[in-house]
Amino acid sequence: MINITIDEKIYSVEEETSVLEACKTAGIKIPTLCYLEKIQAIGACRVCLVEIEGVHDLVASCVMPVSEDMKIHTNNRRVREARKVVVELLLSEHEGDCQTCDRNEDCELQSIAHDLGIREIRYQGEKAPRCLDESTPALVRNSAKCIACRRCVTVCAETQSVSALFPQSRGFKTTIGPAFGKDLDTVTCVQCGQCSAVCPVGAISERDQTEEVWAALDDPEKTVVVQTAPAIRAALGECFGMEPGTLVTGKMTTALRRMEFDAVFDTNFSADLTIMEEGTELLTRLKMALVDGKQVALPMFTSCSPGWIQFMEYYYPDMLPNLSSCKSPQQMMGAMVKTYYAQKLGKKPEELFMVSVMPCTAKKFEAARAEMNSSGVQDVDVVLTTRELGKMIHEAGIDFQSLEDSEMDSPLGLGTGAADIFANTGGVMEAALRTAYEIVTGREIPFDNLHVTPVVGMDGIKEAEITIEGVLPEWSFLEGVAAKVAVAHTLANARALIERIRAGEAEYHFIEVMTCPGGCIGGGGQPRITTEEVRKARMKAIYAEDEGKTLRKSHNNPQVMKAYEDFLGEPLGHRSHELLHTKYFEKERV
Amino acid sequence: MLNEAESVNCSCDTEINLSAQYSKLDDILAEYKYKEGGLIPVLQIAQGLFGFLPEDVLHHISKAMDKPYSEVAGVVGFYSLFSTQPRGENVIRVCLGTACYVRGGKQVLDSIKKELKIDVGETTDDQMFSLEIARCFGACGLAPAIMINEDVHQRVKPSRIKQILAPYCKTEAEEVEHV
Repeated sequence: MINITIDEKIYSVEEETSVLEACKTAGIKIPTLCYLEKIQAIGACRVCLVEIEGVHDLVASCVMPVSEDMKIHTNNRRVREARKVVVELLLSEHEGDCQTCDRNEDCELQSIAHDLGIREIRYQGEKAPRCLDESTPALVRNSAKCIACRRCVTVCAETQSVSALFPQSRGFKTTIGPAFGKDLDTVTCVQCGQCSAVCPVGAISERDQTEEVWAALDDPEKTVVVQTAPAIRAALGECFGMEPGTLVTGKMTTALRRMEFDAVFDTNFSADLTIMEEGTELLTRLKMALVDGKQVALPMFTSCSPGWIQFMEYYYPDMLPNLSSCKSPQQMMGAMVKTYYAQKLGKKPEELFMVSVMPCTAKKFEAARAEMNSSGVQDVDVVLTTRELGKMIHEAGIDFQSLEDSEMDSPLGLGTGAADIFANTGGVMEAALRTAYEIVTGREIPFDNLHVTPVVGMDGIKEAEITIEGVLPEWSFLEGVAAKVAVAHTLANARALIERIRAGEAEYHFIEVMTCPGGCIGGGGQPRITTEEVRKARMKAIYAEDEGKTLRKSHNNPQVMKAYEDFLGEPLGHRSHELLHTKYFEKERV
Repeated sequence: MLNEAESVNCSCDTEINLSAQYSKLDDILAEYKYKEGGLIPVLQIAQGLFGFLPEDVLHHISKAMDKPYSEVAGVVGFYSLFSTQPRGENVIRVCLGTACYVRGGKQVLDSIKKELKIDVGETTDDQMFSLEIARCFGACGLAPAIMINEDVHQRVKPSRIKQILAPYCKTEAEEVEHV
């Protein structure tokens, strides 16, 4: 510990912290723009300037380490005015159409300008040129709003190991984007939207599809069905000023009905369905390997996360057979709605309009994939992010906080606790193990409160080994087998795990990968800004939702069982294969 | 017909040259692949080999060095000495650093533009000259300065541009004739 003085008060702080972090611990707020806790501290934006006695110039506190007896001034005229000028200069080249901007009232530049007391634009500089990149189904980039803070560059490179974005050119002409100003669809971008999740301004956002949904809702010919992913219920409240981690499942359902969706279904239903299919697929692969002695692709990877799927298609095409052939829960729901549910209504698939609410931007891309049309038409018509649904509820004038709770509709509106935890890293693995273990042994998985604790939590790569004992006769080949599983979240961690496997340093049977930090609760389409604290709060809420349910294992979902009985047949059966499974394609990396 | 035959021959030669250049590049890449900070020297050498940095070459470098293409392009875009456009046989760089600027660098630049009928970043139709702007060669005491290829010309007068450029206008064939 070392002693420093901040604004005439003495504090004892850890060595090797930055001035910014030290001030934060002391309860002093310093404005920041390019800084992202634990992810980026590069001193690029100069907004976090402070004065240090004995140092001639003001310094960027995010990159200035503390030292013994350092005397810091965070709030004197010189500091305040310098910060103000820095922000004024940023504003001088910023597009600045705040009233109509997607980020109005949710913009860090706007709120810093407000907090610093900027009431006029004193400098009229040359504006950054406006180049719109609308090439992908998921994301829209607007260069005129970019303040070149490089947050997106860092998350794309370090969190995701993709590096689709990089600063191009130099000085005033610097733009953040793919090589030579190309569009995102011409380079290796997995459309995970983590760039849009960390962008402090309106330079990168999801493609706004709210108008398409309003149009469908207005169309009397269309039956408009909505599904909501497990991660929405723990985050949507943030769009209405509620604390992160507030569960709003019931209010969300009521809001969707108020918006006049004809049926409100739960992606949790199809998450349970995924477990039935994926669990069966895993056991089948194990049987082929252990009993029939066949060459079969192991470890098997989960396939729920579309950013991860694209990542594999670009970077590890030789391992595509290792991906589970299961569609994601979103696409399973789309296929079920336009076949099973359409049949129940006596309607054709094209008369139904399927809207998904996802914590994800890549889901927009997934829904638009050419092969996602098992019903004969595009199975999911429009994907909204959590943020877009929040906007629509605002537009509808619904007072969200005061809504009463309601339940989702039958026959695709029931999910178990196992489906809830699909939102968290480790959740799909835990859900799969809850079911697979019980199918094989006839007993519950031997973990306290059904939580497979080694795969729970925020570690980037987690692993567990479960020895299977006392199996039912038909699964005798699994007796005594130590099932090795691993869980990775973020693509950089997934890459590290794959490289370990390829180098022969690790061996597993089953691996869960989620593209975003923390899993879907930290998705690219979630309310901004998702910090580590926010992720933890949402994660906790999801586990609470699971624990509050009587049904906590996918194979106990009565609506899923009914769907098999009445329509699908059996897991991996002919109809399941047609509707619930898919193929992957190698893509050239650019 | 003759022209066509010639052009066929010509492109053949180009292809052979190109594959020889790529094979040289691969040798360089093998040497620099694992060296920290190896990208910039590789780019410099590649530009020396190909005359400029075409996208295909940058893709090749990006894959071979396992560096994101966006980053390779970003580095190329950052340094004005790298060019992604084909350049003339001779590259003229006019210094517009502070000293050169105040001592008439701008007028020198205008005179060159007028003489060659090209703008900054362009190449003459006969592929003889490309024109670029530079910042300081360290010849401030003898400003204004320009560089033509590796030669530094100091205290350049706008009126003397024609004479300065003349020696560079000769093609190799002409030089042989003179000998």
